[in-house]
Amino acid sequence: MKVRLRNPDREVEVAGPRTVRDVLADLGINPDTVLVIRGRALVTREERLSDGDDIEIRPVISGGSGPGGTARPPEGSP
Amino acid sequence: MRCRRCRGAAVIEVRRHNAAFCGDCFERHVREQVKRAIRDHAMLEPDDRVLVAVSGGKDSLGLWDLLLGLGYRASGLYLGLGIGEYSTRSGDVVRAFAGERGAELIEVDLRRDYGYDIPTAGRKGSRSTCAVCGLSKRYVFNRAALEGGFDVVATGHNLDDEAATLLGNTLRWQTEYIARQFPVLAEREGMVRKVKPLYRLSELETAAYAFIRGIEYVVEECPLVAGNTQLRYKEVMNALEATSVGTKTQFLLGYVERAAPLFRDGDGPPVELTPCERCGQPTTARFCAFCRARAQVLGERLGPAERDPGTERQTAEEMSSEVLPAELYGAGRAG
Ligand code: SF4
Ligand SMILES: [Zn+2]
Ligand SMILES: [Zn+2]
Repeated sequence: MKVRLRNPDREVEVAGPRTVRDVLADLGINPDTVLVIRGRALVTREERLSDGDDIEIRPVISGGSGPGGTARPPEGSP
Repeated sequence: MRCRRCRGAAVIEVRRHNAAFCGDCFERHVREQVKRAIRDHAMLEPDDRVLVAVSGGKDSLGLWDLLLGLGYRASGLYLGLGIGEYSTRSGDVVRAFAGERGAELIEVDLRRDYGYDIPTAGRKGSRSTCAVCGLSKRYVFNRAALEGGFDVVATGHNLDDEAATLLGNTLRWQTEYIARQFPVLAEREGMVRKVKPLYRLSELETAAYAFIRGIEYVVEECPLVAGNTQLRYKEVMNALEATSVGTKTQFLLGYVERAAPLFRDGDGPPVELTPCERCGQPTTARFCAFCRARAQVLGERLGPAERDPGTERQTAEEMSSEVLPAELYGAGRAG
């Protein structure tokens, strides 16, 4: 599946089927710091994603005095 | 995963409430948290005129949407910071939001109205870019609210913003700033009331709310944010939260509900404020921090070169922008 990451925008290819939780773990992303969007809908971390899916992983952390944090996850995120 | 309320398919999980929600029930959950924040701290009266500081980010636009939905008389205030493409896009997004809802939008532009933009101020002034940006916002929000006859300024600070700021202030034991960090700041001479109705909602929740409501917001970051300290505090808090769910909430809500009163007294009488000789806004000095910063950026002299004793004694409000530039819009786009 195609996974679009933001800030900065980039795209990675991830093999399915896998749960959102596993995809995030592989990418080293703390699930509490992102929205996961399939097509036009939010999905929870238990959702199973398959090869044809278009996924966006959108950070929700904004950088302090302002906007948008880097999407960098804390070390040791689950 | 099932919705806690209706058992339908869940789209979002809120771990600290140990709950998942479908879209409709999640919107309801968010509205309830906001209503509770407003009620617990008497933030708004039903017929208050509310000025929402909107940046184009998820928090401030979500807040505007929520307040309109709850029936408040809420206008938006957008401050153009002149940060290139980022500001252009933020302005477009805010205007589109206001247009779709037929809501009143007030626009102030730093370059047009005050003669400078944030990138220039960051290069020419003695403060960091974010500090001068925070100072400019605080000033413009208050002034625009007073001039427009608004009762209150509402900002989109969420739980993560507030927890990160509190952590920063606590690590340095900045007791004066801790004392001033509260979901509502009462009005006083020359300063309108300021409220943060989203302080009970995490960043994940405000982002999910904006998304579910179909609000178009700016996801990109301000290009000047790099190295921001508050971001590091957020990362630390998120790492704690990942292994120990609820830490952030306990830290912030525990402060608001139990610890805040311990910091409030003992500060002595409130500092006396007098009108700035340049602009008339309240200050402890002859000229307010904003006018001083602006004069420095524009290379102007404010008055006779006599030493100004007031400059050394700024109000906590003025100083706080220099220590930890707490974003006035909340975590969302500041642009
Ligand atoms: S990060 Fe926020 S405070 Fe800093 S310059 Fe950008 S908009 Fe202003
Ligand atoms: Zn439901
Ligand atoms: Zn002034």
